[in-house]
Amino acid sequence: MNKIKHYLNSLFLLELMRGLYLTGSHLFKRKITVQYPEEKTPQSHRFRGLHALRRYPNGEERCIACKLCEAVCPANAITIASEAREDGSRRTTQYDIDLTKCIFCGFCEESCPVDSIVETRIFEYHGEKRGDLLLTKSQLLEIGDKFEKDIAADRHEDAKFR
Amino acid sequence: MLETLYHLISQYILLPLTLFVIPVDYQIEAMIFLQTTIKIFAIIIPVLITVAYFTYAERKVIGFIQGRIGPNRVGLFGFRLWGLGQPIADAVKLIVKEIVIPLNANRTLFVIAPILSLAPALAAWAVIPFDDTKVLADINAGLLYVLALTSLAVYGVIIAGWASNSKYAFLGAMRSAAQIVAYEIAMGFALVGVLIAAGSLNLGEIVNAQAGSVVHWFWLPLLPLFVIYFISGVAETNRAPFDVAEGESEIVAGFHVEYSGMAFSVFFMAEYANMILIAVLSALLFFGGWLSPFQGIIYLEDFFSWVPGMFWLLAKTSIFMFLFLWFRATFPRYRYDQIMRLGWKVFIPITIVWLVIVSALVVTNIPPWFS
Repeated sequence: MNKIKHYLNSLFLLELMRGLYLTGSHLFKRKITVQYPEEKTPQSHRFRGLHALRRYPNGEERCIACKLCEAVCPANAITIASEAREDGSRRTTQYDIDLTKCIFCGFCEESCPVDSIVETRIFEYHGEKRGDLLLTKSQLLEIGDKFEKDIAADRHEDAKFR
Repeated sequence: MLETLYHLISQYILLPLTLFVIPVDYQIEAMIFLQTTIKIFAIIIPVLITVAYFTYAERKVIGFIQGRIGPNRVGLFGFRLWGLGQPIADAVKLIVKEIVIPLNANRTLFVIAPILSLAPALAAWAVIPFDDTKVLADINAGLLYVLALTSLAVYGVIIAGWASNSKYAFLGAMRSAAQIVAYEIAMGFALVGVLIAAGSLNLGEIVNAQAGSVVHWFWLPLLPLFVIYFISGVAETNRAPFDVAEGESEIVAGFHVEYSGMAFSVFFMAEYANMILIAVLSALLFFGGWLSPFQGIIYLEDFFSWVPGMFWLLAKTSIFMFLFLWFRATFPRYRYDQIMRLGWKVFIPITIVWLVIVSALVVTNIPPWFS
């Protein structure tokens, strides 16, 4: 009996019809495409994009050259050199992030004891020639200065989960 | 409208041209030649435009089924127009690209193969009747001619696979050869059913034999043959779910791996032209061709009598063309042995059984079809 049923099922293409009905009904369903440059998907405040180096409100740079980020970086994308400043505090002389190596894991940000290195929500950037994606200390500080308000707002929103 | 355009062209362009340019002895022949050429262009150019926009329709329909919106960026004259400029952009890209001929390929065959697959797909249109009167070559063996030409298309695939001198291409060609041999038989038998029912090989007469109403069309008495014909047609054109000859996930692109640029696009055009051809033939052989679906219904028949027959044929054709896309969006690819089983052990027995039934129907003059 089951065998006959199976034969009739396949002879009248019943399962195929069911499949066609399913795909046919999807033809009229709402489309979920996000048309990127005009429309954008919502972003989390924890989004990990372009890096930045932050400063304290008084203009002093936060980074104390502890090199934890350099040590934790799984892709070896961070290069730091440091020396004592005239006032005796330890500061970086070189802080490079190679964005072509970076995997945007966010470990540098996690490891930073002074919230200096952060990853911003910016993801629409590009380099036009070789070396454009190797960010130096001054570039990173510039990004941090430019977007400090957004960065601070994102940190504030995330603070209650930490 | 088409007729008036045609008459205008032949009266004011062709007639003076032949009268003043061609020697007197050959004027009649030249006139016939030129008129036929115009008719050929009147068929080929719309077919090629349809092929171009069929690729667009495919991307759009499959996109919609998958919850996407498909191409919508490339427009014309600065307007987006839902991406209607996409096929033109694709064509320009493919024309401009280089045609790479592999070092160890057989150059002659490599170049002949795409031509050999496109030419039959276009030549078969010669016998397609678009209307009671609009047919390029009203020959009595029309159906046989179409069958012969669609079978010829497989040589393009096989030669392409052989000439490329590549393992993938060769595997694709072998698969395609075996598959088309299997489905050609089922398809042929399905068509035998049609010609038993119609009593003619002339496509125009086959359509006229279906006159009456929607139930008079051959799809009802020949329903299994119609289903088998259409499925074999899908297999014949190497479309999903029978696209083992291309099988991207198994053998890269099958027979046309080594083709690029215009040579590849000729294969592409042949595939789509064949799909349109199968759709037109299904409409003609089983769904009454240019006959109105409102025939035999008292008021509606008069109400729709102004609609040209060509419109009905094109409407029915586009439904079948849509089915091709719908199938591709729905079914996963058949395994090779499943294809062979379906072709040899399911389709051919069913067609043979149904041929006997159709013959019995015809001999006993069963109304409404064969009275």
